[in-house]
Amino acid sequence: MALHLAAVAVLLAGAALPLALSRWPSVALATGTGAGLLGSALGLASAVSALVQGGAGTISLPWSAPLAELTVGLDPLSAFFEVALFGLALPAVAFGGTYLRPHLGRRGLPTFLCFQNVLLAAMALVFSARQAVLFLVAWEVMAVASFLLVTFEHEREEVRSAGFVYLAASHLGTAFLFALFILLARGAGSFGFDAYAAARAAPAVPAALLFALALVGFGSKAGLVPLHVWLPEAHPAAPSHVSALLSGVMTKAGLYGIFRTLSWLPPAPAWHGLLLAGIGAAGAVAAITLALGARDIKRALAYSSVENVGIIALAAGTGVAASARGATAVAALAWAGALLHVWNHAAMKGLGFLGAGAVAHAAHGRDLEGMGGLLSRLPRTAGLLLVGLAALSALPPLGSFASEWLLYGALLRSGVDATGGTALLAWLALAALAFAGGVAAIAFTRIGGLALLGEPRGPGATAAREPSAGLWAPMAVLAAACVLLGSFPAAALRLASGAIAQASGLSPSLLSAELSPVLSALSGPMRWVLAMLVVGGIVLALHSRRRRALQGSAISGTWACGYARPTARMQYTARSFAQLFLEALAPRALSPRGRITPPRGLFPPSASARFEERDPARTHLFDPLFRIVAVRAARLRRYQADRLNLQLLYTVATLLALILALALRS
Amino acid sequence: MTVATAVLHLALALVLAPLLPGLVNRVKALAAGRTGPPLVQLYSDLARLLRKGSVTSRTTTWVFRAGPAVGLAATLAAATLVPFGGATALFPFGGDLVLFAYLLALARFATVLAALDTGSAFEGMGAAREVTFSSLAEPALFLGLLTVARATRALSLSGMLGPALPEAWARFTPALLIAALALFVVALAENARIPVDDPTTHLELTMIHEVMVLDHSGPDLALILYGAALKLLLFGSLVARVVVGTARTGLAGTALFLLSLVGFAIVVGVVESVMARLRLSRVPQLLVGASVLSAFGLVLLLR
Repeated sequence: MALHLAAVAVLLAGAALPLALSRWPSVALATGTGAGLLGSALGLASAVSALVQGGAGTISLPWSAPLAELTVGLDPLSAFFEVALFGLALPAVAFGGTYLRPHLGRRGLPTFLCFQNVLLAAMALVFSARQAVLFLVAWEVMAVASFLLVTFEHEREEVRSAGFVYLAASHLGTAFLFALFILLARGAGSFGFDAYAAARAAPAVPAALLFALALVGFGSKAGLVPLHVWLPEAHPAAPSHVSALLSGVMTKAGLYGIFRTLSWLPPAPAWHGLLLAGIGAAGAVAAITLALGARDIKRALAYSSVENVGIIALAAGTGVAASARGATAVAALAWAGALLHVWNHAAMKGLGFLGAGAVAHAAHGRDLEGMGGLLSRLPRTAGLLLVGLAALSALPPLGSFASEWLLYGALLRSGVDATGGTALLAWLALAALAFAGGVAAIAFTRIGGLALLGEPRGPGATAAREPSAGLWAPMAVLAAACVLLGSFPAAALRLASGAIAQASGLSPSLLSAELSPVLSALSGPMRWVLAMLVVGGIVLALHSRRRRALQGSAISGTWACGYARPTARMQYTARSFAQLFLEALAPRALSPRGRITPPRGLFPPSASARFEERDPARTHLFDPLFRIVAVRAARLRRYQADRLNLQLLYTVATLLALILALALRS
Repeated sequence: MTVATAVLHLALALVLAPLLPGLVNRVKALAAGRTGPPLVQLYSDLARLLRKGSVTSRTTTWVFRAGPAVGLAATLAAATLVPFGGATALFPFGGDLVLFAYLLALARFATVLAALDTGSAFEGMGAAREVTFSSLAEPALFLGLLTVARATRALSLSGMLGPALPEAWARFTPALLIAALALFVVALAENARIPVDDPTTHLELTMIHEVMVLDHSGPDLALILYGAALKLLLFGSLVARVVVGTARTGLAGTALFLLSLVGFAIVVGVVESVMARLRLSRVPQLLVGASVLSAFGLVLLLR
């Protein structure tokens, strides 16, 4: 526990130092990055040791804020999420140290470094807080710090607008959390998490209301559909290593909140789980379809984060529903899949965003239609990104396959053993998961094939060069994590077993009895696949070298059905790759709106096709909603005075009214 | 003992795989009144290709060269999960059907990326069609296998297609018939057969699988052709096993397995002879239809 406090202290010191050293930007960058790395290493050590030991007590420090106590603790669930946080923070901060170097001249850089470390410290506190007020303070600091990081390049209009959408979404979500924590405290008589857990049997208000509040409040941070609208805006706008942290860890803070809330409510009825699973499954399918329409590589990855959060929600919901009807085998598999996918997603989405950032940096743009041919120009970076894309498609032998396999296992078992409606829903979820997996394959072959392979489609991609090791080495670490999590899923699960037991509410012995035979069965074939691929690769490499030595290599142009001079512009585009799916299969709301001027007449003057990707949750739900609110709120504007004394009068009047109300009540 | 039988059957399957396309072609030739190429044509094709040099595009990278090898390695790994004949698979475990489906997805991923690596519009077109159609074939495959799993109460391919199958046939005949039909449609789609794709078409614009491998030549093409034949055999043995539905082991089981594979090849050949390729826009309907069909089969098992 002391190690954890030391980590937070180092991160906070690392937040202050760059500001103090702001006159020497390169020193500030070095100290900010160094403190981030040191703090993350300490945090990772403390979290892993807490996981191994099955939790490391709680510590209370004096704090004089009203209603608040500075109580932090690392139980297995907190430690589990902190492993994801610090495990991803290490490579991401290291990446940032190189990525930010071209910005050394910027005035905002020391502030950026400060908030980068504040964000890490705040997220550590979110995961380890044991008291509601402390949790909310950390939650808000996390939100504001990440807002300031997202708007680093605030001179660009779209970055400011993305930052605003994020800030609004974040604060609306937090409002629900305030209500949740106050209502919980009414039942528990205190704001401590232990008191919440102790009073779980008899909440002051219906548990369904509390669950709904958590679902909206935490779900908006996690990116549950349709509350995900800020993700595809904020993630592309932020510098890439921050996108990696937001997507890999901060969305998980929302999931952590939902899992934690479940432990404060009476054992959830099945419909809570079904609701969560339904939102997750529908969201996964919708989000990955939206990813197909995105031209911006980071926007596509952000939609994939929404998809993966949906998959985790589907797994957790399946677990809740299965626990409610006593199917412990299904619940164990589903919860194991949910939690393991948190780690896997942190690794693979971190890899994806770092790779996308490095690639976009080299190609001078995030537009997929301007990329191409990057694998031959930056072999290391693009090769590692390909590993990440394979992981995002949940392909064996990578880690994400293991966690999705656990979820498949839960759904299969439920679909085979359960009766009636439960079986029907399991089949539906299974089909949705398989479909989402298939569409994910389209989305990621699209990114890999169109951005990294073929011929460059724009001048930026043509001139792209391999970045320095400072950018690709952190990616290599994350790629190794993806491979290791896939090759040793049983070991990862053993490490996570305490957290899984805590989240699922199953006893650890029951859990290991259910899971260990299943996983040891998978581990063998997974390693066998990996070995086969490695051996196959080596054999192939030797064979092709021998062949080239024997016969010489014939190099020619790509076969274009007899056409002699194919150009890069004749390649399939990212749009045309997704067109068949988007036009033949996807509902119209999820596919981009196109304006096509076809060539007309014998000598067509000009023709064009322009596609605009929109998020239906935004255009059909939130934009109209906020327009209505804005129109109604305009009537209040006449009371909004621009004179200071009138504002002060409002404040005093409100205070007096509140005091009067209190006095009258007592 | 079981491991030895599994290895033996796997070896048999690996050796016999190239015979299957030959059988299909012979059936098609007979139906069209031609003599057709010899049954072992693919063996001599493979031998010839393996001896040849290859030509690669200057656009391509290692992804292009790795595509066929990874594709074949993944298909081989998938073959270790499928039970052939009366034997169990080499590596059976509960939930291996998911690994089976995802290994085939890995093979597809490698092939599609290799196709896109050439920067050719035709290969991009084929790749887009392949991934789009397989995203629909995937749910159909899962639902079809789930029907068999529910009927037999087993979660591994070897268990589903093992001793519990005859009893399941006795109890749930309609559901298993429907599942077999859905799996057959998936098999046709996954193996680029008519009515989804025409393996013998001559116009690049209309191809799916063939157009993706236009640029591969020599030994790489041999790996691809062998991988395709092996994949056809994997799906063939799944479908044939579900349809035949016995749990005979030993020599009788092996003989029955081979016979049923011949039957599968004949049915594929007949389908290809009497049907035309569907319009591309119709293919999704066929695959969604297969999913719906499997779902019907499942509902029949509901109690």
